[in-house]
Amino acid sequence: MKEKYLINGHIIDPKNQINEIGGLIIDSKGLIKAAGKKVSIENLPDDAEKIDLNKKVLIPGIVDMRVFVGEPGYEYKENFRTLSNAALSGGVTSVVSMPNTNPVIDNVSMVDFLKRRGRDKSRINIFPAASLTKNTDGKQMTEFGLLKRKGIVAFTDGVKSIQDPRLMSRIMNFASQSKSLIMQHAEDNILANGGLINEGEISTRLGLQGIPSLAEKIIVERDLSFLEEYFCRYHISQVSSKKTVSVIKKAKAEGKIFSSGVSINNLSLNENDIGDFKTFLKLSPPLRTEDDRLALIEGINDGAIDVIVSDHKPEDEESKRLTFSQAATGASGVETLLPLSLELFHNKNLDLMRLISCMTCNPAKILDINKGNLDKGNEADICIVDINKPWVVSKNELNSKSKNTPIENRKLQGQVIQTYVKGEIAFSRTD
Amino acid sequence: MAIIKKLKAVKFNQNHLLGIQDLSFSEVSQILEEAKDFIKLNKSSSKKIDLLRGKTQINLFFEPSTRTQSSFELAGKRLGADVMSMNIVNSAIKKGETLIDTAMTLNAMHPDVIVVRHQDSGAPNLLSQKVNCAVINAGDGRREHPTQALLDALTIINRRGKIEGLKIAICGDILHSRVARSNIYLMNMLGAEVNVVAPKTLLPHSIEKLGVKTFTDMKEGLKNCDIVMMLRLQNERMQGSFLPSPREYYEYFGLTPDKLVMANKDALIMHPGPMNRGVEIDTNLADDINRSVIKEQVELGVAVRMACLKLFCKKN
Repeated sequence: MKEKYLINGHIIDPKNQINEIGGLIIDSKGLIKAAGKKVSIENLPDDAEKIDLNKKVLIPGIVDMRVFVGEPGYEYKENFRTLSNAALSGGVTSVVSMPNTNPVIDNVSMVDFLKRRGRDKSRINIFPAASLTKNTDGKQMTEFGLLKRKGIVAFTDGVKSIQDPRLMSRIMNFASQSKSLIMQHAEDNILANGGLINEGEISTRLGLQGIPSLAEKIIVERDLSFLEEYFCRYHISQVSSKKTVSVIKKAKAEGKIFSSGVSINNLSLNENDIGDFKTFLKLSPPLRTEDDRLALIEGINDGAIDVIVSDHKPEDEESKRLTFSQAATGASGVETLLPLSLELFHNKNLDLMRLISCMTCNPAKILDINKGNLDKGNEADICIVDINKPWVVSKNELNSKSKNTPIENRKLQGQVIQTYVKGEIAFSRTD
Repeated sequence: MAIIKKLKAVKFNQNHLLGIQDLSFSEVSQILEEAKDFIKLNKSSSKKIDLLRGKTQINLFFEPSTRTQSSFELAGKRLGADVMSMNIVNSAIKKGETLIDTAMTLNAMHPDVIVVRHQDSGAPNLLSQKVNCAVINAGDGRREHPTQALLDALTIINRRGKIEGLKIAICGDILHSRVARSNIYLMNMLGAEVNVVAPKTLLPHSIEKLGVKTFTDMKEGLKNCDIVMMLRLQNERMQGSFLPSPREYYEYFGLTPDKLVMANKDALIMHPGPMNRGVEIDTNLADDINRSVIKEQVELGVAVRMACLKLFCKKN
């Protein structure tokens, strides 16, 4: 591989506090040799082949902490190949795959399978998560130590929450010895039972049973109480309500150490978007009020929330063409994560550095992986974005196998031009 | 009948009757006006006309129903339509067919109107997007039951001459009730003041945003009311416990003479049925011919449904 010189770009690397016009050098092994303003045309050899970025934004490849793959068991919804194509077109170079497959990723042999498939079929970095409990039944904890040694970066029951408080306290207690990361999908099953959308005026009008935001707050409060006794690496997968944001804010102010994430859907949409029973907006956690949405943005700004995820959950059309209560939950989103999140920048909700940090160095730090930065010597996983380019989301142009985007026909500003993985161009927009 | 003027010139915009929320004031007035003509017809010796001759009406009831289904069936037959009632228990739905596939199958038989009742809120909306004929909602989940509200309005107008300015109390299991929601929208639209009386556990979240006052003290809620609408406890929809016991419920929320005395002395008692005597209503009050219009509601239900079938069938 020849050395590559990318020059005249707007380089953003929140981890290294780089936010400047400059360039990036990729060495012959696909590693980053230098990044930032020092990489300029004057400092490069005359015969070097230079790629002019024309002031386009260059960021570390996106790290998406919550993605459902479909392999094994649900290949008709998404496989590693289609996921890779979707992710790369959205600038995502690393994902944490959820264990809610069939069978569930809950033992060492499943991890071997996953790693092998990931290596052979995927063009992005797959960091598998395993389940917290066997078969995500919420009863018997999985082998945290052995699984972690095999390369599992996090433990979560994915779409399920650990209900049994005794089990949760023991999980947190036991996981601390292997320094395993515990990710909780915070929702009290009994309070949320039968619920379909946020509980409020909209649920009353649509006649759909509501999911109270208390269902989320109660689990977060419980787990944070456990954290005082059983310190472990604890992460709240997706916060959806204002109430939970204030609980987190308070706990962090008291010095508790943990992290939290939010889905781009909850940051960009609210319950009103459900309109006339749009099943593509049936999500977990549910879309809540505009007030909640604004509180989530505020939560990112003041550090209560650390990570933005796509919560990419591909579902085939058949499972969405049903009545609201029968339709599947979840939305496709890995390829629109970055462009949709740029809306928050263009609307002046978030500055670019903070926004990018929530999708690069912050998740990497929580996961304890060396990704999401432009460190010298690191693999060159990068993404080049035209942050002003207008485009319209169309499900027919999505690369994911499933087309259940919640933002069909939405006008976005900002599109990924190129994505590099390990120093090689893995995606290049042709139009 | 002050509020219902002849509005023949007004264009009827809706293709489907999915809920009161979608109707305009003039459309509601038109339905009620049409229904008035059918009240007379239904009392005459020859009840059948051929207004919908050659039209096909399919009743698609996914939930058990006695009065609504028979009312729609009779309404269609009196208008001369060919009425087919699907028996869901024996249908492909039980074999795993989706609502949309059922809709497509029925659609291929070229019906002019499908009357649907479904346990899922929004099911008629989904159906209406997939078929070429009119869809009439005969009750979906806990969302809407528009023809029930319309027949309630007709009953009140028949007795009181108007709805504007009346004070109406809707009492009971509001949380699970589509009848309550449709009536709240309709009575508000027609200018009534609506009180909602229920234990807090059976009040939907933010219900006051629909334009009602809420009461947990039934006597307070009934004060100076002209109409008292009672609702059934929908035990079959309840997950877990909402109330201590039927006895405690009856004590505080059952319609009894000592509570009714708070309402206007000529206040009418209504109930969409089926009634649970001694749970939400005193059995003597239910039968009080001076106060209870429960049987009249059933009678006018046929007229309202004839009006709806006429107006929505004609659209296509």
